[in-house]
Amino acid sequence: MSTDSTYEHHPAHHFRDAEHEVEASKFGLWLFLCTEILMFGGLFVGYAIFHAMYPEIFIAGSKFLDWRLGALNTVILLISSFTVVMAIHSAQTNNKKWVLINLYITLACAAGFMIVKYIEYSHKIHDGLLPGKFFSYTGAEAAVQNLPLYFSFYFMMTGLHGSHVLAGMVLISWLIYRAHKGHFGPKYYTPVECVGLFWHLVDLIWIYLFPLLYLVG
Amino acid sequence: MGAHHIIPAKTFLNVLIALLFLTFVTVWVAQFDFGVMNAFIAMAVASIKGALVLMYFMHLKYDDKSYLVIFFTGIFFLFVFFFFSQLDIVTRIFEGNTL
Repeated sequence: MSTDSTYEHHPAHHFRDAEHEVEASKFGLWLFLCTEILMFGGLFVGYAIFHAMYPEIFIAGSKFLDWRLGALNTVILLISSFTVVMAIHSAQTNNKKWVLINLYITLACAAGFMIVKYIEYSHKIHDGLLPGKFFSYTGAEAAVQNLPLYFSFYFMMTGLHGSHVLAGMVLISWLIYRAHKGHFGPKYYTPVECVGLFWHLVDLIWIYLFPLLYLVG
Repeated sequence: MGAHHIIPAKTFLNVLIALLFLTFVTVWVAQFDFGVMNAFIAMAVASIKGALVLMYFMHLKYDDKSYLVIFFTGIFFLFVFFFFSQLDIVTRIFEGNTL
């Protein structure tokens, strides 16, 4: 670990000052989050429409999911959101060691989330609980008409969310790399703040996905 | 925007505890059958959790209000999308059914 304590961030030349850069970065990031909300929104609206039309599919489908694994993943994501804000807090109070520790815990939580998802996915794939024509489950519950539709929603929504978790892991790794170089301190922590905002949105979407897919049915 | 707020760590810890408690509430209320209200109750609890994440973790409570405006613009258009497509489907189901 090479900590370069002499690092000083200079705002890019098209910004008036550091404050201007922070504001522009966060403004841009919020616009991006808006497009994310609308992208996931399409799936949520689709879910609402088909849930209104065929509630029995969703009741039958949600019984195939283990709510304990969903709840575990909710807790993991909430803790990781907390460690991200604590990483920012540590940067603000110039505690570089705790910036790193918090970022490492966040990365570990993200990996934990994906491991739980892997367990869930491999179980579904093994049982043939798949979208559309790939559905090959033959148990008694398969008698519910159009049941594969539930798994189309399940895999699309959790898959899109999971790909965001993977993207978040790449971004957090980049933060860890820069934190090791000693880039973040009270004067400059914009990347931690922006990746943090993205990570909280991933958490926010899961807060809605968990009850919709695992519990409501 | 002025000086950056340094929000005490204790605030974040309290928010985390509240979020974990509300996750427990989410699971707990799902045991009861409120009929058509099930989804509304689950969404209400999720929205309280979402509001906590947005206000404290995402700093909307403390930051420049322009971020809040962007966020609600997105939510507004999502609501328009949701409302009219749902209106369409519900009225069609009414036509087809003998409800």
